[in-house]
Amino acid sequence: MMLEGDVDALGLAASLILVGLAIAVSLSQQLRIERQLVWATLRAFLQLIVMGSVLAWLLEPGRSIWYSWAWVAGMVVFAAWTVRARAPEVPDLFPIALAAIATATVTTMGVLFGLGVFPAEARAIVPLGGMMIGNSLGGTVLAARRVADELADKRPEVEARLALGDSAHRAGRPYARSAIRTAMTPQIEATKAVGLVFLPGAMTGLILAGVKPVDAVLVQAAIMYLILGAVATTSVVVALGSITRLFTPDHRLRPLVRRDNA
Amino acid sequence: MAPLFEFRDIDVLVGSSAVLKGVTATIPDQRLAVIAGASGSGKTSLLRLCNRLDVPTGGQIKYRGDNLLELDPRALRRRVGMVFQQPAIFPGSVRDNLRTADHHASDEDMTAVLASVDIDSSFLDRVGDSLSGGEAQRVCLARALMCKPAVLLMDEPTASLHPSAAATLEQTTQRLRSEHSLEVVWVTHDLRQISRLSEHLLVLDDGRVLYAGDPGTARAQEALATLAAEEGE
Repeated sequence: MMLEGDVDALGLAASLILVGLAIAVSLSQQLRIERQLVWATLRAFLQLIVMGSVLAWLLEPGRSIWYSWAWVAGMVVFAAWTVRARAPEVPDLFPIALAAIATATVTTMGVLFGLGVFPAEARAIVPLGGMMIGNSLGGTVLAARRVADELADKRPEVEARLALGDSAHRAGRPYARSAIRTAMTPQIEATKAVGLVFLPGAMTGLILAGVKPVDAVLVQAAIMYLILGAVATTSVVVALGSITRLFTPDHRLRPLVRRDNA
Repeated sequence: MAPLFEFRDIDVLVGSSAVLKGVTATIPDQRLAVIAGASGSGKTSLLRLCNRLDVPTGGQIKYRGDNLLELDPRALRRRVGMVFQQPAIFPGSVRDNLRTADHHASDEDMTAVLASVDIDSSFLDRVGDSLSGGEAQRVCLARALMCKPAVLLMDEPTASLHPSAAATLEQTTQRLRSEHSLEVVWVTHDLRQISRLSEHLLVLDDGRVLYAGDPGTARAQEALATLAAEEGE
């Protein structure tokens, strides 16, 4: 049986009960994240409404597929801009994040649609592009911020390396390595736990849509491997790119301020 | 021969505050130079200019007559080594630390360098966490020596050490000077250490030169008295 997916206003309000509970916990424990919770909830709702409207427009019969690709390109640019905004301690990060996320998106979408895993249609291009870009975004933000934090924390060690004549790239490499590990850990853990702890979105959606579970599993496996590859690629590129931004061309470590909320 | 370092009208700004204000001074060749000053006087900032870990906001620095800012920074840093106030031992063994400075060094090379800082070869497999403060600082000195520098910049290297470990490091440095013809620039605010080590004295006060020259003059003693007053000694 296929689920229709009808959720009325009451159903939506019911789903907010746990958000209300989280706000209550924040207030009682003085976590001071209640405003962020409200803002995130509202923002997600508005963004999904916009996304739904755009998808409805893109899915209209006869609509050119290039609009879908243009939407994905827009998501890439927005993701790179978000990386820059969330890791402001790394100067001029936008072009690096853009190059990393664009490359990962082109590669993964090329595999998914070039090899015919999914038909190249708007209903597949936009959500799958969003999955690749969204997961890469999390990894790249984490990688950039960890590199900056590591270099700020380990400044004496880094400068001792520079004082031995190491290049900026060589002096920063151990800290980039650590940042890449940190950035990839959530995705690696998610990949390890898939099927045991949670059923990922694409697979759940396919099963709800009536696709055979075995077919849904194979599709999900392909998507997860590509996401893992995309996160690894973007994290490595952004971590190493951040090194070039956090040192001067004459191999000095720039002044850095550690973010306590990192 | 040109002086070791020449500073002309050096300004260093950190954010909006001036750390060095128009410093003009010379550090001569073949004399152990001590840069002295109270905390925040700018002595470490001046030292860090000598191997380009920092660059001045204004002014000119010469290293043996050459414009230091035009030299390749990586080559300069291998010629002008540095030992920091806090020993920064890298993760791994002492061998790993020494190999960071010379990737092709053999165990024999490393044993010889360790011996020159009074550490025996059994330390090669020791990890940083197992070293005392004095041992760690001597390993840092050995690591700097792996680059075969001509100059050693010592940034208050004994500040965090027990007095006996500090004395050993001073003696080791003096011996290295004579055995390897090393030039040494030593930063400190310790008056006794200044009198033990200095053959040329540069006293800084609030980012300006208070005295530069022979440590035995009456003006040098006046400058050191000012330093002592600021340090509350």
